[in-house]
Amino acid sequence: MDMRRPPRTVSDPKVRQVGFVTPSAAPPTRSLSDAPTTVAAASASSPPSGEISLLGSSLSPVMIPPPRHASSDGRPSAPVAVPNPASSLRRDSLRIRVGSYNASEVVLGTPPSASPSSRTDNAASEFSEETMSPWHGRSGTAKVASSFPGSSSEMIVMKTGVGGGGGAGSTPKSPLTTASVVKTLPGISEKEREVLMGTQNDGAGASKTLKEKTTKAERRALQEAQRAAKAAAKEAGAGVKPSTASGSAVVANTKQGKVVKPPPQKKDGPQIAPPSGSSEKKVVDRPPEKDRKKDVPAPRMQFDDKHRVEKAKRRAVVNQFEAKNRVELFRHLPQYIHGTQLPDLEGKFFQLDPMHPSVYKVGLQYLSGQISGSNARCIAMLLAFREAIRDYSTPPEKALVRDLTAKISSYVSFLIECRPLSISMGNTIKFLKNRIAKLPDTMSESEAKSSLQSDIDRFINEKIVIADKVIIRHAVTKIRDGDVLLTYGLSSVVEMILVYAHEVGKQFRVVIVDSRPKLEGQVLLHRLVAKGLNCTYTHINAISYIMHEVTRVFLGAASVLSNGTVYSRVGTACVAMVANAFRVPVLICCEAYKFHERVQLDSICSNELGDPDVISRVSGRQDLNHLDNWADNENLQLLNLSYDATPSDYVSMIITDYGMVCFY
Amino acid sequence: MARMDFEVVVLAGGTSRKLNPLVSQEVPKALLPVANRPVLSYVLELLEASNLKDLIVVVEGEDAALRIGGWISGAYVDRLHVEVAAVPEGVGTAGALRAVASYLTANDVLIVSGDLVTDVPPGAVAATHRRHSAVVTALLCPAPVSGPSDTGTSGGKEKAKKPVRCNIVGLDPTRQYLLHMATGAEVEKDIRVQKSILRAVGQIEIRVDLMDAHMYAFKSVLQDILDQKDKFHSIRQDILPYLIRTQLNSEVSDNGVIKSESGMDNISSQNDLRWLSQHREIAPSAFQEPHAFGLKSLPDARRTHKCCVYIANESKYCARLNSIQAYSDINRDVVGEASHLSGYSFSAQNNIIHPSAELGSKTTVGPQCMLAEGSKLGDKCSVKRSVIGRHCRIGSNVKIVNSIVMNHVTIEDGCSIQGSVVCSNVQLQERVVLKDCQVGAGYVVTTGSEHKSESLARK
Repeated sequence: MDMRRPPRTVSDPKVRQVGFVTPSAAPPTRSLSDAPTTVAAASASSPPSGEISLLGSSLSPVMIPPPRHASSDGRPSAPVAVPNPASSLRRDSLRIRVGSYNASEVVLGTPPSASPSSRTDNAASEFSEETMSPWHGRSGTAKVASSFPGSSSEMIVMKTGVGGGGGAGSTPKSPLTTASVVKTLPGISEKEREVLMGTQNDGAGASKTLKEKTTKAERRALQEAQRAAKAAAKEAGAGVKPSTASGSAVVANTKQGKVVKPPPQKKDGPQIAPPSGSSEKKVVDRPPEKDRKKDVPAPRMQFDDKHRVEKAKRRAVVNQFEAKNRVELFRHLPQYIHGTQLPDLEGKFFQLDPMHPSVYKVGLQYLSGQISGSNARCIAMLLAFREAIRDYSTPPEKALVRDLTAKISSYVSFLIECRPLSISMGNTIKFLKNRIAKLPDTMSESEAKSSLQSDIDRFINEKIVIADKVIIRHAVTKIRDGDVLLTYGLSSVVEMILVYAHEVGKQFRVVIVDSRPKLEGQVLLHRLVAKGLNCTYTHINAISYIMHEVTRVFLGAASVLSNGTVYSRVGTACVAMVANAFRVPVLICCEAYKFHERVQLDSICSNELGDPDVISRVSGRQDLNHLDNWADNENLQLLNLSYDATPSDYVSMIITDYGMVCFY
Repeated sequence: MARMDFEVVVLAGGTSRKLNPLVSQEVPKALLPVANRPVLSYVLELLEASNLKDLIVVVEGEDAALRIGGWISGAYVDRLHVEVAAVPEGVGTAGALRAVASYLTANDVLIVSGDLVTDVPPGAVAATHRRHSAVVTALLCPAPVSGPSDTGTSGGKEKAKKPVRCNIVGLDPTRQYLLHMATGAEVEKDIRVQKSILRAVGQIEIRVDLMDAHMYAFKSVLQDILDQKDKFHSIRQDILPYLIRTQLNSEVSDNGVIKSESGMDNISSQNDLRWLSQHREIAPSAFQEPHAFGLKSLPDARRTHKCCVYIANESKYCARLNSIQAYSDINRDVVGEASHLSGYSFSAQNNIIHPSAELGSKTTVGPQCMLAEGSKLGDKCSVKRSVIGRHCRIGSNVKIVNSIVMNHVTIEDGCSIQGSVVCSNVQLQERVVLKDCQVGAGYVVTTGSEHKSESLARK
């Protein structure tokens, strides 16, 4: 067996190393003890080494070494886990053309063949011009709520003729009698404002208690243990000042805190992309304290950070409940709490003031899982925003640009509470906010609204609808008669490719690989069989048996990251690895708007947790209930991950609307 | 603009024949006191708690409308914006809706029956409705257990054993879609389930333990139905079955649903729209969505609509005041197990005694009782699990158990009342014994008479 790709030596000097500095030649037996340091280094963009050790000592769950994908492949060396960001640069030297896959076809197939990768870069950067972070929204909710407290009372139409519910005959025109009228109540809005103020004060109160804590904690023995918590408190902008009464120990403490302060912020840095970078820059010059608290939103909530979580809870529209039996390794992710959330949110349907009904509807649909899949979610969100913009009117004494941005932010934070954003949605929100920010001041409100609406329409059309059509055109050239195509799960674009290829008369067979608990493949199977395609359906545990007969693997993606990692439905990495082992080309179909400049090496630091209950049940088997009440057992934790990261090494080609990018 | 694009119609009904002799011209059904508050106030306060402050109340009969309007304007001035519409008697619920249809401008309308006593948030029904983009969403509750809950009289027990008039409800396996609905009265020996629906879903769950709470969220197509089908009389008996029957072969979607859809997603071409809708409809396959299968079997996928249900939690209280039995049940529950609904604060003895009420010596008022303002009880009286209204004058040695005594009732010495409803201004002379009776307003029961399971009213 000739190796299809030469085993990579990462010591290539030309390789641009992004974030992850591997020790030379990456010893295969990496000890656990030094692993945290490497991970910390990976996530912190080269902080001073002293701070790394500090971080390492306050070992938070994130620091647990990631699983090494490579080991499953059987290759001895670690570099598989190492991303190869410059793979396209090195393509010339390393690419080996293999029979089953004709690389020159790529060149013919796409007009801008000279540098397909740079094209996609352009596409991606188009969305990254935006300076506002989509996560800004978290702070936005309260603001908006306070700015429209009286919206309900504004709507009320005053009617005359109340007295004693005058007879129906008294108003000859209509049979309706106004029996009671609500006067516009300034009191209500005041009250709401007070409540809001109250919540803000609560935040201040929390910081005060923190302060007390620090004064109490004068014993040095406790210092070590509290250091991590303090760093977090610091970072949250609690603004702990050494109070005059406090002893020298406290001063030392705060000093230490200051030393610790930079890394956690930086630690989050690489996960969020340009938005936070710019906002951080902005903040540097500003006075600290409250401003900072408001302006630097946590780039990504670390859900094992108790203080932050509590703060977020107070702001939250959706009640956040404590999830039981959290898996230690994934504590930093938002825990899945759907079961309690949905009824709670539904009950509050009429109570959420600033929410537009269509946004609310989409949020509910995310929460209940009725809309899933990143394209579908993105479209649903855009259509909801479009309606919200249509119904929007600028309140007096406010600028449309600012107010609408705040409004969108509040919508976004609501949607995040319903379900974490997908990367595609993040990009889309950036686009929309960018369009709002760039509206000229001279534009009238109605013009601005219609221009935004047409922007949204255009985005849906160009970035999703037409992009998919282009992808289909490209992908169909890769399907030949007699092929056996394997796909995993339910990807809208792959479905369209298969249907289109069938329509143009290609002779091929489809293998649909599926996995519990979502069994999305069944939907695909249903639709394809209805269209007359020849299908085989199997579950992912049979992947190695079925892979023998497969000639191409088509997969969808939630996102393609800048190091070539494909972020997609959990299980995709497995399929890609097996395909790679069997020398079957893996083609990823992904619209360019889903590209993201984040670098992700594993599927731990950023992921989404699904409902743990669904994996404890077997569909169609009511009698299998061994895991019922699993949450009562402290020793049992269920983990239902939604995404995984496929290293670029297993991907042969990415098909985007800008052409096909071949990976080696 | 209506809140969340929902408008609320409360169907307060008129005088109900089933509730004779409790209701009369003076006391329409909506004003029947439950724990000394008109039953309508429970609905209005529920809606108010949900921030729904613009309401339309439809009442049958001019007189009743006047009375209800008067009461609302007194009780809810500055709190709710209520419009009362009077419709002629006997037009049915559909007719009532027709009368106010022109005032409904929002996309969806929430229809609540005025005799509903519940703490299920109407928002939940509305949200479910929105989430599914359903044509209609009905609130179903676990059917209440009728009859006195514990240590009731023997008569009460017999009543409890009687089969409750139940709804037969067909649901899909996920219990989200309404596939069949029939009320107990209409059911003969067998029920007919449409084959096409059964085929589309694959599995249908028939439940008899659910009650239709008469809280519906309707899409705006309702108006078209009302226009087209002018024979439709009632929501429950005509409109709802019609919508359920035609959900796979929708006639309303031709104009109604599509109109609203295309109005919403006014995007370039029809082709894209279909593509989009396909995307928006990608259903989680963990359950078999009936309409995903409907899509396949029907030529035009758009000719379907959804009828959904929101099934209230077991812990929620939900009851309709539609019979005398229900009336006493609700009264008992509101001061008893569902006491949070009453809005009163209970004393340490778990009862409510207004400070202005006067009790004679050796008079005991048990738990789960209510004594409103100005009522006077003589010596050696005993009140258990009963509600006594305002300004009643009750003599000595009176026993009141499991009963409802409305306002301004005079009960003379030595009476015994069990499981009965005594309306306003009734006079019970000495040593009257009532058991499971209903006494209409203003009736005078003569000295020493004994009645059992009778309905007494002025002719």
